[in-house]
Amino acid sequence: MPESRAVLEVDDVTIRFGGLTALDSVSFEIREGEILGLIGPNGAGKTTCFNVMTGVYQATSGQVRFDGRPLTKLKRHKITQLGIARTFQNIRLFKSMTVLENVMVGTDANSKVGFFDALFRLPRHRRTEAESLARAKEILEVVGIKARYDELASNLSYGDQRRLEIARAMATGPKLLCLDEPAAGFNPAEKQKLMELIRKVRDEGYTVLLIEHDMRLVMGVTDRIVVLEFGKKIAEGSPAEIRDNPAVIAAYLGVDEEDAS
Amino acid sequence: MIAERFSALPKPAKVLLVLVLVLFIYALPLLRPPLITTDQIDFGGVMFTVAIFALIALGLNIVIGYAGLLDLGYVGFYATGAYSIGVLTSQHGSWPFFLTLPVAVAVTMVAGVILGAPTLRVRGDYLAIVTLGFGEIIRITAKNVDWLGAAAGIKDIPHPNNIGPAPELPFDKGGFFAIPRVEWNGLIPSLDHEHATHVLIFGATDAIPYYWVILTALILVIFGDRLIKASRIGRAWEATREDEDAAELMGVPTFKYKLMAFALGAAIGGLAGAFYASGQGGYINPDSFPLLYSMLFVAAVIVGGSGNRWGAIVGGVLVAYLPERFRDFADYRFLVFGLALMILAIWRPEGLLPPRRTKRAKAAAAEIEALEEGEIEPEEVQHA
Ligand SMILES: Nc1ncnc2c1ncn2[C@@H]1O[C@H](COP(=O)(O)OP(=O)(O)O)[C@@H](O)[C@H]1O
Ligand SMILES: [Mg+2]
Repeated sequence: MPESRAVLEVDDVTIRFGGLTALDSVSFEIREGEILGLIGPNGAGKTTCFNVMTGVYQATSGQVRFDGRPLTKLKRHKITQLGIARTFQNIRLFKSMTVLENVMVGTDANSKVGFFDALFRLPRHRRTEAESLARAKEILEVVGIKARYDELASNLSYGDQRRLEIARAMATGPKLLCLDEPAAGFNPAEKQKLMELIRKVRDEGYTVLLIEHDMRLVMGVTDRIVVLEFGKKIAEGSPAEIRDNPAVIAAYLGVDEEDAS
Repeated sequence: MIAERFSALPKPAKVLLVLVLVLFIYALPLLRPPLITTDQIDFGGVMFTVAIFALIALGLNIVIGYAGLLDLGYVGFYATGAYSIGVLTSQHGSWPFFLTLPVAVAVTMVAGVILGAPTLRVRGDYLAIVTLGFGEIIRITAKNVDWLGAAAGIKDIPHPNNIGPAPELPFDKGGFFAIPRVEWNGLIPSLDHEHATHVLIFGATDAIPYYWVILTALILVIFGDRLIKASRIGRAWEATREDEDAAELMGVPTFKYKLMAFALGAAIGGLAGAFYASGQGGYINPDSFPLLYSMLFVAAVIVGGSGNRWGAIVGGVLVAYLPERFRDFADYRFLVFGLALMILAIWRPEGLLPPRRTKRAKAAAAEIEALEEGEIEPEEVQHA
């Protein structure tokens, strides 16, 4: 694979919560069009890493750059509009809204429709709304829950809720899609299907950052892997390299993969 | 049920039905149906208050129901609108009403932005406390500032400009034409030409023309509300209400939309206040805007069904109407009213007309429950 451009650079990021150093001088980059796996035992700092990237936390030191531009002090919705979208480890859908509306909140991220456009139903509103609707349906088709578009999000099955989270994030039109343990709570067959979906999503042109617990699963789908343990990056490389890395094996030894979440 | 049957009708029938209903609502104070009509006080005046409360509930529903912001000082905006009219048309100026109206709305909206900008960045309970304080601050300021008439308030606020030939008292009451009102003797109606409404004369004796103006404003606001709610703005409000952090991370500038909801709510509250100030009495003072009103407004929205515009309107109507209708209970009427609210809260915690969503979610929950109890067989699931 030819060396491609870095979409996102995590540069020497450290973040402390009181006495706890959740991320300790972590650096890595995500290249355009790849699926990067971010793995590590429970509490290693994976979600925290997402939170720094998406502006939820400010790094104590270090910098995250997106397309070469530092994200420090940018508002969270601005970061999303720039092109980073994420899902949540514990599902956070807009429960009282329908499936379609959830996705359309995502498409609205790039909408320029203002108050008067909406109030007077100006052409900009009508055009944007039609485009959003079409795009939302397209995405629902991709993740495979189009038939349930009119259902309330809270009435979806657990698996479909996870799919809807991915759809909603895709709808914001990101360059980089960050998935935080999207297969948590799935059985092996469901996990396999989800990984196929992630590959399909990548083929649609998104760059994917995937947090996942299940080592075997990550091996199958990712192009490269970054391993965290206790907030430190302990390894980085292709799935084959990671599999044989002694430090990684040590980190995962004795960790029961099933009860971790 | 009614809603379903209604949506099953063909479009022309729907339009016709709505038109008839709207016409009926306009004509209500002239028709004076038995039972509904209040006999002890002027029914037109009651309907005027009812329409104002409906407008207020509709505005507050944007803030509480759509955006999920608990505003406990809504009376402050109502007062701001009223005082804007008072100051500009009587106390310190003599602007015509219909020119002052947009100014009053704008002033109130600015007040909303000024109050909202610092407080909406902070979450939740804080807003409730700040708005609660705001309602009182406005009242107390009005009470102590001479420029605003202090405790004596503002008198002689002119009525809106008449539309049609001006009255030449004592005999010609003016207006394009006069509509007699219906008088009921038991169940036998008759026309009462003595108490006719002159179109469109805003005077001290007849509240019905005011009622029509407010009702018209209410209908326009309902249209606007629908258009905004069914757009990205409505979605942004709902997403923010459901999960503010998730919304922000999905690209919703939550602060901007909260401020928008707050300012729109304020503007509608100001609009209602402006109508109130130039109503029949033409007199406002600080005691016209007690803290209790803020509570009543919130009660109206919650009782009606927070998040559903029709629910909020019904809530506003009931909150304004019931105490007037049951004046017989004299001092007890607020007690009875409070009891009614409590019973309602227990009987229908989501409000009289909950939003479509709540109903759907409840139906789904009931279905799941039924499945679990085995009342409904899940379509032939592996019985072998
Ligand atoms: N807001 C916070 N305050 C304090 N500690 C936190 C906070 N967020 C995360 N942590 C801590 O940081 C560490 C890493 O957590 P997390 O990133 O959620 O791990 P992972 O996602 O890899 O399982 C944990 O020890 C967690 O308790
Ligand atoms: Mg995590």
